[in-house]
Parts: sequence; C-alpha cells; structure tokens
Amino acid sequence: MRFAGRVAVSLYLLVVSLGLAVGQRSLEVCSGCEFTSLHAAVQQAAPGDRILVRGGVYREGRLLVDKPLSLLGENWPVLDGGGEVEILTITADDVQVRGFVFQNSGVSHIEDLAALKADNVSGCVVEGNRFSNNFFAIYLAGSEHCSVRNNEVTGAATSEAFSGNAIHLWNSSSIRVEGNHLSGHRDGIYLEFVQDSSVTDNISEDHLRYGLHFMFSSGNEFRRNTFQRSGAGVAVMYSKETVMVNNRFADNWGSAAYGLLLKEINDSTVADNTFFRNTVAIYSDGSNRIEVTGNEFLRNGHAVRLLATSMSMHFTHNTFTGNTFDVTTTTSRSYNDFAENYWDNYRGFDLDRDNIGDVPYRPVRLFSMTVENYPQTMILLRSPLEQFLDYAERLLPVFTPRAIEDDRPVIGKP
Amino acid sequence: MNEAVKVMKYGFFDLLRSRWIFVYTVFFLLITGGLLTFGGDPNQAVLSALNLVLLVIPLVSLMLGLSYYYYTRDFVELILTQPVSRPAVFLGHYAGIALPLALSFLIGTGLPFAVYRAGNETDAPVVFSLLLAGLLVNLVFSALAFWIGLANEERVRALVIALGVWLGLTMVYDGLLMGFIVLMQSYPIERSLIALSLLNPIDLSRIVVLLQLDIAALLGYTGAVFQRFIGTAWGVAMSLSSLVVWIVLPLLLALRTFRRKDF
Repeated sequence: MRFAGRVAVSLYLLVVSLGLAVGQRSLEVCSGCEFTSLHAAVQQAAPGDRILVRGGVYREGRLLVDKPLSLLGENWPVLDGGGEVEILTITADDVQVRGFVFQNSGVSHIEDLAALKADNVSGCVVEGNRFSNNFFAIYLAGSEHCSVRNNEVTGAATSEAFSGNAIHLWNSSSIRVEGNHLSGHRDGIYLEFVQDSSVTDNISEDHLRYGLHFMFSSGNEFRRNTFQRSGAGVAVMYSKETVMVNNRFADNWGSAAYGLLLKEINDSTVADNTFFRNTVAIYSDGSNRIEVTGNEFLRNGHAVRLLATSMSMHFTHNTFTGNTFDVTTTTSRSYNDFAENYWDNYRGFDLDRDNIGDVPYRPVRLFSMTVENYPQTMILLRSPLEQFLDYAERLLPVFTPRAIEDDRPVIGKP
Repeated sequence: MNEAVKVMKYGFFDLLRSRWIFVYTVFFLLITGGLLTFGGDPNQAVLSALNLVLLVIPLVSLMLGLSYYYYTRDFVELILTQPVSRPAVFLGHYAGIALPLALSFLIGTGLPFAVYRAGNETDAPVVFSLLLAGLLVNLVFSALAFWIGLANEERVRALVIALGVWLGLTMVYDGLLMGFIVLMQSYPIERSLIALSLLNPIDLSRIVVLLQLDIAALLGYTGAVFQRFIGTAWGVAMSLSSLVVWIVLPLLLALRTFRRKDF
C-alpha cells in the first residue's frame, strides 16, 4: 500500500513538473489584465494553456477556439453575441469551458447558430455555465467523449421556427449529459445519430415542443431525468436499445401532448418511471419488443395508447391509478401482453389470497372503443350514460378486445 | 321584497325542521367524507362526488321540491288572501325550498373537502367547480319542480313528469346525443355538439367540473373546435351562463303560471 502511495505521489509530481516544464501557462483576461480581450488571449495561448476570464461583459463577435485550452470564468463573465453571431466555436480536442454566461446568440434560418458549438472534437467539457436567450445553446456535432454537466440553460422561445434546442447533439457518440437544467427552448435535449451516450439527472421543462427528442440514436441511456410541462412532452423515434429508467414525465398536458411518444423504438426498456398528468402517458406507434415495467401511471388522460402497429410489448408490474383511460387501442387484435399490473379500476376478487386477482382485468373499456371510432363522443366523458355502457360491458363483454387483458392483476397497491 | 323574504324565511325554517333535509345533509357528509377517507386521492373523490351531483341532486331536488310544493299549497293559498304581490310570494316560496337544499349540499360536500384539503391548495379549483355545479343543478331542478307542480294539479301526474324529466336529462338525452354523433359522423358536427350539450343542464354541469380536470385536454386531442371552445375562459363563461339561463327560464315560466293560476 505504502509503495503504491509513493508511486502515486511521485507520478503526480512528475506530471505537475512536466506541465510546468512544457509551460502550462495561465492567461488572465479582464479590463485591467494582461489581456483585455478573450480573442487576443486565445490567439496568444499555447495548447494546454488555461485562460482565466474575470467578471465583465465581453462582446467580441464569434470566438474560435482551435487549440486545446481550458477556459475558466470567474465571477460569471458574460459572453454576449449581440443577437448576431455564434458566440463560441470549438474545433480542437480537449477544450474545457467552465463558469461563463452565454447570452444573445444570433438567430439564423440557414445555419444552426449556437451559443457554444463543438464541431468534430473529442474530450470537450462544458460545465457549470449559464446560457440565456440563445438560438441553440449547446451544440455538439460529430463529437465524442464529451461531457455537458450542470449547466443552466434558459431560452425565451416563442415560436418553433425562431428557436433552437437547449442541448443539441448530432452525429456524436459517448457523450454524457448530466445535471443540466433546461427551459424555454424548442426542444430541451435533442439527439440525432448519437450512440452510446447517457443523459442523466437533467431537468428539462417548459419547452415549446419536446422536453426530450431523439431520432436514429441507439444504445443510449436516460436515467433520473425530469421532463415536464413541454408543449408536446417527449418524443423518441427510430431508435433501438434505448434504456429509460427512473425518469419523471409530468404535466405534459395539452391537446397534442405526450408523456412519452415511442415511434418505431425497438428492443428497449422503459422501467421505474413516473408518468403524472400527461394527456397520453405512453403512446406507442410501430414499436416492438419493449419492456415496460415498474412504472407508475398517475392521473393521465390515456395511460397507455397502443396503436395496432405495436407488437411484443410487455407491460408488467406497473401501477395504474386515477387515469381517465387505462389502455386505449385502435385494434381488436393485439400482440402485446400485460401481467401483474395494479389497476385501480379492477373490480375482481382474490379468493385464494395470493394477491393476484382471480378474474382477468380488461383495461380497454367500451367507452374508450366508442371514442376510438367516434372521437366526438368524448364529450360524453364521465356522463351517467358512459358509466351505464361500461357497466353493461362488464356484465356482458362483447365489444372490447379480448386480446388485451391482464390475466394476473395485482390486488392491493404495491 | 319584504314579503318575499318573510315567505322565504318561513319555508326555509320549516324545511330545516323537517328530517328529510337533515337526512340529505348527512347523506352528503357520509358519502363525501367516506370517499375522502377511504379513497385517498381527492381528485377521485371529486369525480365520484360528481356522480352524485349528476344523478342524486336532480332527483332529490325534483322530488323534495314537488312534495314540498304540494305540502305548502294550503299555506300559499292562505297567504294569497292577504294583500301581498304574487311574484313576491312566489320568489319567497322558491327560495324557501331551493336554498335549504343548496345549503345542505354545500355543507355536506364542502365541509369534508374543507377538512381534508386544509393543507393543500392545488385541487381548490376542482372542488370549487364541483360545489358551484352542484349548487346550480340544485337551483335548476328546484325551479323545474316548481314549474311542474304549478302546471299540474294532480300529484301523481306531476311525479311521473318529474321522473320523466330526470331520466330524460340524465340518460336519454345523452343516448340521443351519442346516436346523433354516430349517424352524423362524417359531417363537421363539433359546433352543433357543443350547442346541444349547452341545452342540457346535467351535461353542462358535468362539463363545468371536467373542464378543471381532464376533459379539456382529451377533447382537444379529438378536435380543434372543441379545443378552441373548451380550452378558454369563453367556454367556462358560456357554460355557466347557460346554467343560469336554465334557472331563470323555468322560474319565469313558473311565475307566469303562478300569476294566472286560480287557486
């Protein structure tokens, strides 16, 4: 142990002295410092240098970082794009950006202008910055092994055409997005052609379109995030092997809002999430082989909406409470299965006391089939007539699909 | 107006003394208290209480209203021999029956919610809309009961008509509405559907409560016309004012009958 400790210490000293020997300098930028402009400091700096920027407002147009530098802000220096330019563009590997305020990037319909863009790099770190009123905030293109941590991103988006995404990842891999707080953009987190990345512990809320949006991005993990109050909730499309665990999808409540919209998602896991007050908690279109397990569905409009194109989805050990419709579907056939879920609308009994109901539960009600065929009948929701219809159907099940039923409904809320 | 208040006071305290109004209050207290105690989720409790508002309140208002009308007929006849104006007697009489009923609903339902929800404000609009809807339904059906009573000398006939009105407005109307939707499905019927639901006080009060809950988003999901009407303050204002029309119209008709009636 002691030997190992000594080795570690000497290695550390070696590295430090090497750093000094190569001359890892620290350049300071402020109104009375050696450098008064960040531009000049970046140009003078050698690869590996650290640039310390003190508080103040810097309006320097577009800043290009093309060598591995570490930019460190002290007392929240403000980089202002004046509503015209991309503020910071990174084209070198291993650039680190910490402690800055980025504001007022340009808006363009031709280019994706961002507050901070990393283009074709590896090992970048964007940590502890604040972004406000930008078109795109953090934009990673063709990059890998980067991390985006603990940033505070607020947008002032009012229309989808004039706004970008808070965190936009394109054609990248092995990116870690952690602990960011995102609000007021078009999409909170957007991924396209992204592999082997993780999105954890973020809060993404009040966006115009989606809190999380990804396409053609396989093998990614989403854990412990909160996606709430976005215009259309969360939409994930055309991807495989996605893991979504312990997230919270809440208050995506509007006429076209989804807690989680799965469009052609295959071989994925949706587990232990909470869906609270969404118009449609899980909407599944063309998705196959998905494990939906241990989730809690609370007070949603439609808890699960399965289109006929969904197959081999397994719903197990979920809890359904206070939802207007537990399951709705467009078809009378279904190749999905439900088992051992808790349904608060279950009216069966458990004579052998094994906590499993003795008669199956049919989560699709006659009224929801009626609404499926004649959408306007929704105006009769919760009317005495609706309850009469559902009661009649429970006594004489004729119309509701036999294929969707939980053979082993759990008794007693887990 | 002084006379109206006097007649109302008489009716009010007379009815308060009767055990039916007491039973009615306790019924609401037990049901709402039970829903909140054993159900847990206050939203679910509101939805279950909504069923009472839609089914029980109209029935009880009609039945109690009618029987009270016949019960106090002699008294009204006696009063009318005095030099008092007929509208004043009529209004006092109506308020004397409608207010105790409304009060016992408000106490029976409001009290448990007030006790259980003391700490949490989030569901306040839902509970408030439930109480408002219940109150208005109460006033609507008491007015209808009066009108039916005044228009029919025969007690049994009036009871049958009242039951018919109740069944028609709670079930048959919605059934016809559903038939209409199914038949006219390929036409743009959203607007007429909204108009048709404004015509039924029970549908109206249901929509007023559900606007605070799930129907807004779910209807918006089915069509933009609904969304435009129902998602706005305009929709709420429209529904509430239609309910008020539903109180005033039967009252005016009943008043006309009352003025002309030869007791």
